[in-house]
Amino acid sequence: MEKKYTYTGHLSVENLACWRNEQVLFSDLSFSISPENILFLEGENGSGKTSLLRILCGFRLPDEGEINWENETAASVPEYFQNISYVGHKNGIKDELTVEENLNLMRSMATAEEIKTEDVLKQIGLFKKADVLSRQLSAGQKRKLALARLMMTNNSFWVLDEPFTSLDTASVRFFELLIKKHISRGGLLILTSHHDIDLSGLSVTHFNLSN
Amino acid sequence: MLTTWTQIFKRDLLIAFRRRSEVIHPLIFFVMVISLFPLAIGDDKVLLQKIAPAIIWVTALLATMLSLDNLFRSDFEDGSLEQMTLLKTPLSFLVTAKIIAHWFITGLPLILITPLLAVLLYLPGESISMLVLTLLLGTPTLSLIGAVGIALTVALRQGGVILSLLILPLYIPVLIFATLALQNTAQGFSAVAQLAMMLAILVLAITLSPFAIAAALKVSLN
Repeated sequence: MEKKYTYTGHLSVENLACWRNEQVLFSDLSFSISPENILFLEGENGSGKTSLLRILCGFRLPDEGEINWENETAASVPEYFQNISYVGHKNGIKDELTVEENLNLMRSMATAEEIKTEDVLKQIGLFKKADVLSRQLSAGQKRKLALARLMMTNNSFWVLDEPFTSLDTASVRFFELLIKKHISRGGLLILTSHHDIDLSGLSVTHFNLSN
Repeated sequence: MLTTWTQIFKRDLLIAFRRRSEVIHPLIFFVMVISLFPLAIGDDKVLLQKIAPAIIWVTALLATMLSLDNLFRSDFEDGSLEQMTLLKTPLSFLVTAKIIAHWFITGLPLILITPLLAVLLYLPGESISMLVLTLLLGTPTLSLIGAVGIALTVALRQGGVILSLLILPLYIPVLIFATLALQNTAQGFSAVAQLAMMLAILVLAITLSPFAIAAALKVSLN
């Protein structure tokens, strides 16, 4: 049995709207998500999935509506943002650093999960590449490195934007297991993906932004 | 909180070390422009001595602007900035690590090489030490003020022109006090008042600009 997260909570979104270039991406969006639940965002390209995720992380301000964490406005709860682990389109790794240096950096900034960098490297299959500059990695390897931050965190709210882009099947399976572990620990997850992800046995709510 | 700060500081130094050619570019610019002046003006010792402080300070100002461009760009483009905003340590505190690292990499070498260039312009000894002192007090201010402008324009594709329009006017007070201090020294007067003003501006920049930078970066992410 995995150790439960010490900090988790309930997220609810009310009447959220987002405009881009004078066009409405979405409006009147309301949903909520509790620990041990997954919200799977669907929608065609340009329907605002990424914008929604960025709003939830506080990178973008919502044009209308409110985000509540534990029944308080999220913007006034610093713990809400500190509890987010976000993997977006951009990997957030430095090209000029080696794989190992990048991991060490992530680990020192994460909420100190006790896992060795070496073990992370082995699990994501980059052990032999530890001393290679990240710039020389393939797109899939970079993605794995970006996702590795999820293995070293105690954050209970994960926001993943197309996490499995350019990953091979084995790696997708590995991160599916990681997601299952995260959920069983009492975590929340919001993700978008055009990949087929096996989330069987988990409580998944599908939410379509196109409608 | 402090460990995150040191990590960012070390990371930036390491990255700069691995991208030496980019880092050294402003320094080369600084040396080249200054050494062109004696060639263009000729061996007019009195004239060179008179305009040397202005030449060095204006070039330092432009070199700083040149070097600042990279301050947040790579973090913005590779997504590190997004990750930084989610950390427990406030962004306004973390940016100071980036700026101090940046000053060590670009500002300090510039100051170290200045005495050599000053000799090239026939600057007398006491003026050289005053020049170094004004640069020590002035270049951190330039970095801090410049960082605000960089943070505001980092999301723009062609931010260069706007950046100069935004920042150069704010650099003028520093420039005026620095060159005044040097004029006073050359004429044998005390420059304490000007140095005190420069210190005051530096203190003001240290206290206020981190908050402005953090806010501007958040706007750029939006």
